[in-house]
Amino acid sequence: MNAPLLSVTDLKKHFAVRGSRGAAAGFVRAVDGVSFEIARGETLSLVGESGCGKSTVGRAVLRLSDITAGEIVLDGRRIDDLSASAFRPLRRRMQVVFQDPFSSLNPRLRIKATLAEPIRNFGLARTAAQIEEKISELLDTVRLPRDAAKRFPHEFSGGQRQRIGIARALAAKPDLIICDEAVSALDVSVKAQIVNLLQDLQKELGLALLFISHDLAIVEHMTHRVAVMYLGKIVETAKKREIFASPKHPYTFALLSAVPVPEPGNMRTRIVLKGDVPSPINPPQGCRFNTRCPYAFDRCRSEEPALRDLGEGQWAACHLHDLPEAENPLSGGGHAV
Amino acid sequence: MSVVSDLASAPLAETPAIGAPKLPDILAPVKPHGRVVGFCLRHPTIVIGGGILVIMILIAVLAPYLGTVDPTTLAPSKRTREPSALFWFGSDMLGRDIYSRVLFGTRVSLLVGFSVAFLASFIGLAIGLSAGFLRAADGVVMRVMDGLMSIPPILLAIALMALTRGSVGNVITAITIAEVPRVSRLVRGVVLSLREQPFIDGAVAAGTRVPMIILRHVVPNTLAPLTVQATYICASAMITEAILSFLGVGTPPIIPSWGNIMAEGRALWQVKFYIVLFPAIFLSLTVLAVNLLGDGLRDALDPRLAKKL
Repeated sequence: MNAPLLSVTDLKKHFAVRGSRGAAAGFVRAVDGVSFEIARGETLSLVGESGCGKSTVGRAVLRLSDITAGEIVLDGRRIDDLSASAFRPLRRRMQVVFQDPFSSLNPRLRIKATLAEPIRNFGLARTAAQIEEKISELLDTVRLPRDAAKRFPHEFSGGQRQRIGIARALAAKPDLIICDEAVSALDVSVKAQIVNLLQDLQKELGLALLFISHDLAIVEHMTHRVAVMYLGKIVETAKKREIFASPKHPYTFALLSAVPVPEPGNMRTRIVLKGDVPSPINPPQGCRFNTRCPYAFDRCRSEEPALRDLGEGQWAACHLHDLPEAENPLSGGGHAV
Repeated sequence: MSVVSDLASAPLAETPAIGAPKLPDILAPVKPHGRVVGFCLRHPTIVIGGGILVIMILIAVLAPYLGTVDPTTLAPSKRTREPSALFWFGSDMLGRDIYSRVLFGTRVSLLVGFSVAFLASFIGLAIGLSAGFLRAADGVVMRVMDGLMSIPPILLAIALMALTRGSVGNVITAITIAEVPRVSRLVRGVVLSLREQPFIDGAVAAGTRVPMIILRHVVPNTLAPLTVQATYICASAMITEAILSFLGVGTPPIIPSWGNIMAEGRALWQVKFYIVLFPAIFLSLTVLAVNLLGDGLRDALDPRLAKKL
């Protein structure tokens, strides 16, 4: 494979927690050693339950927040240690679409002012006429009427605003768009339109997408690869087909078993996880998932498993794969349980 | 010829026209009002408050042409006259025409109210923005503001006036200093919540620099709550000015202001109540107007804020 467009190595983001006396009482290990790569034109989905750190990864990659440790390389160039002014021109290559279509547009700016901002900042057009032209093209690209440019955000519906958000991201002509729960706030039919729009754009423009989501049905529909996060770590990563057909981590299995099946009577084996996610301030010893894992054994409570190659581009961090084949509940197909 | 072609060639006009059924009146479409009328109907407080305020501004500007005499002319022989054709609002214990004094007093009150509202908003915006954006400045600046807020504004204004000579300019300065902390707090709060908004992150990702982020994305979004706050500051500044004058530490007695007139009438208030009455009516009416305007603006500009308050 060619050099990846974006490669993140051992990314950590810790937030200091203040105790009652204002002294640092510990750290929330929101992201604790995450590594992944995205190739050009590829969609990588980052999935996991609320609070597992997936949005924090997105913000860190965009440098909207500082990182604690790790390395982010964009197209062969390390970007996490660049100064703000050296990084600004590189921002063009990574854009973002947010979850909430209502707060992601400045309510006081007309659409054309919002869209003109990246065009002007990155010097993609000089004259007012050129900028106008670009804005019209962008609105065509996201299938909005051209006269939308003259309006304010409150005149649009949620789905239309999300299109405007996508147009703003496209205005910079990026290589990578980070979709932070970009369709989670939309209702089903609009969600489908936006997902299809993103897929079309990816094909037309060769965009890479980092698709942060908790909606596995959508992820299955549009992704190439999936990375599953649990408590600040990636527990499994694989191509779409492998992960949906034969998950190799019990957590992935539990997530997949929670996806509704659209055929009545066609039940799948479910793993219902008990209890809450442990606190990221004080994560459990050993495997982070051991407190909720139905298959946890002694080794899981003492030794933290590393991601290991299980073939076919599938990597999982689970001690079960060290067991003999017969004792491993996750070996073979996903329906072993 | 087939039946089909017969039907097809039949003239359309022969089909009986299906007219729209007559709707009862209650279902008839509502005729929308024009923009101006509609706005007035939806926001009566803005219209009433704004209307009274416009009248007050006209009075202040046109004071010399509204049948007034020089408000400082003494007429010792015509002291404490009841309201009459000669002295519409009566005369005070030095024989000065209260009608003229009240009308000219409008100038002082409005000047103080508007100046303080503008200055306090502007300075408060600057302080609030820097506190909201510079982590280092935040702690220090806001503790100073907390300190200022712990002193009652009138006490603070009196203390500041005690340091200087009484003049309208000094009154404005003193009240502004007393009002700035409230505005700074408001702006800082709005800035802190705006900073977390995704559209700010979007602008950062779009390569916008911090000064432009403040100018384009933050300041315009603070203007609605700031305008509302400015009206309340305007009202409270007018009252504070009257209180300072009443206590004799504000506007110098030579300049007629509502507070001064009331202070002078205080001793005679049980026998010659009209000396205090008329400036009091004007002051109450103006403050009421400004507050009504503020309430209306709050409802019109920021419906969410209206629910919270």
